[in-house]
Amino acid sequence: MSDVPNQNKGPIARFLAAPPDSVGKTIFIAVTLCLVASMIVSATSVALRPLQEQNKLKDKQANVLQVAGLYEDGMDVIEGFSVFEPQVLELETGMFTDAFDAASFDDRAAASDPELSVRLTNDPAGIGRKAQFVTVYLLRNDDGSLDKVILPIHGYGLWSTLYGFIALEENGNDIFGLQFYDHGETPGLGAEIDNPRWKAQWNGKKLSDDDGTLQITVAKSTPPAGADYHVDALAGATLTSVGVDNLVRFWMGEAGFAPFLENLKAGEL
Amino acid sequence: MAQTKRDLLIDPLVDNNPITLQVLGICSALAVTSSLEVSMVMALAVTAVTGFSSMFISVLRNQIPGSIRIIVQMVIIASLVIIVDQVLKAYAYEVSKTLSVFVGLIITNCIVMGRAEAFAMKNPPIDSFVDGVGNGLGYGALLLTVGFIRELFGAGTLFGFTILPTVNNGGWYVPNGMLLLPPSAFFIIGLLIWAVRSWKTGQVEEREFKIQVVEGH
Repeated sequence: MSDVPNQNKGPIARFLAAPPDSVGKTIFIAVTLCLVASMIVSATSVALRPLQEQNKLKDKQANVLQVAGLYEDGMDVIEGFSVFEPQVLELETGMFTDAFDAASFDDRAAASDPELSVRLTNDPAGIGRKAQFVTVYLLRNDDGSLDKVILPIHGYGLWSTLYGFIALEENGNDIFGLQFYDHGETPGLGAEIDNPRWKAQWNGKKLSDDDGTLQITVAKSTPPAGADYHVDALAGATLTSVGVDNLVRFWMGEAGFAPFLENLKAGEL
Repeated sequence: MAQTKRDLLIDPLVDNNPITLQVLGICSALAVTSSLEVSMVMALAVTAVTGFSSMFISVLRNQIPGSIRIIVQMVIIASLVIIVDQVLKAYAYEVSKTLSVFVGLIITNCIVMGRAEAFAMKNPPIDSFVDGVGNGLGYGALLLTVGFIRELFGAGTLFGFTILPTVNNGGWYVPNGMLLLPPSAFFIIGLLIWAVRSWKTGQVEEREFKIQVVEGH
């Protein structure tokens, strides 16, 4: 350290030489550090966003493939995904609409857009607003007849909104699979909804009984309707299980996909 | 205490390992070691954060006011962790999904704070960086050891490649399912601490009290 008197230094050097514990310097350091740190963090976030969005999209497509039983390790997701026919569905009428481009329709943005969504008064799934239009994915056989439909579902679990897909057979009643691709439930407890053994239970279950009453349920014990309509709840994750039960019953009910499933059964699509 | 840079880097690997000697950072070591790939990414993430946070804190060490020094350290560490998290989400999406909350929890990892407060506040930037990297590597070395044991004997694979073909896949190896659960890491880390202290007896702490034998009546 040189012994130059303070007067001979520039303003920056004088500032650096000031004792760090003075009030002015404490505030200055705190403010500057926060500004610099926030700028660096936001810059990183903005710069990496396109890559992250792409990953998310790919992950969602991989999940559609998985729920339809078409996913293989190491496959080209984007190419594999092209077997699906995306359609934008109007929930109320249960009919497809051409008003939007199915390839680029953003379900989540639609759900918060006042023009495209309605506020729910009866809201067992805890989603607040429901979009009037959603993207569904159709899987066709070689002869063009319908094989499966993949429907998006979401609702509140314990900590977070669960986003997932349910795959139904062409009769609109038999479940092929169910899977969540985005949630923030407790690892080891609620997050066991990702456990392959739990997910495998959904295969072969039915939504409604012969009278057309919605019977599917996630519960601790088998309901009166029988094992065909029952998926075992997760031990240690009661609230997540209740959330899944609510959201599946909500989306498969009148407020959700019921009109569409009626049309499907009547063969109008 | 004239330590060379080589000492700073090598010392925390075994002699002064943050997990086996200082017993810090156990929480994440239990949670993320069920597979080798995830352990490795976590180890790299922690090494990067400890290294750079120590360096930046050391650069600022003469300017940081004592009254808010912990907050300043936290801001630097937290910013670095967010950057690491964002990079993982962009370039290693699958692993970042498995690591989920544990990347964010690097902020509260005692090793990072410990090095910042104990070393970086008193030493020049390059030494601090080397010290941070060394401690990150010490943490990583243990993570990889535990991850190796857990993945090999729990799932019969290493980095996802089959080493011991399991019965489920038509092989002969019956995997030990407990090794895939977090409690098994407790046992493994405990055994490793025992092994290291048997080898380097200098690490054994002195007893705080003596158990007295009382004469029977």
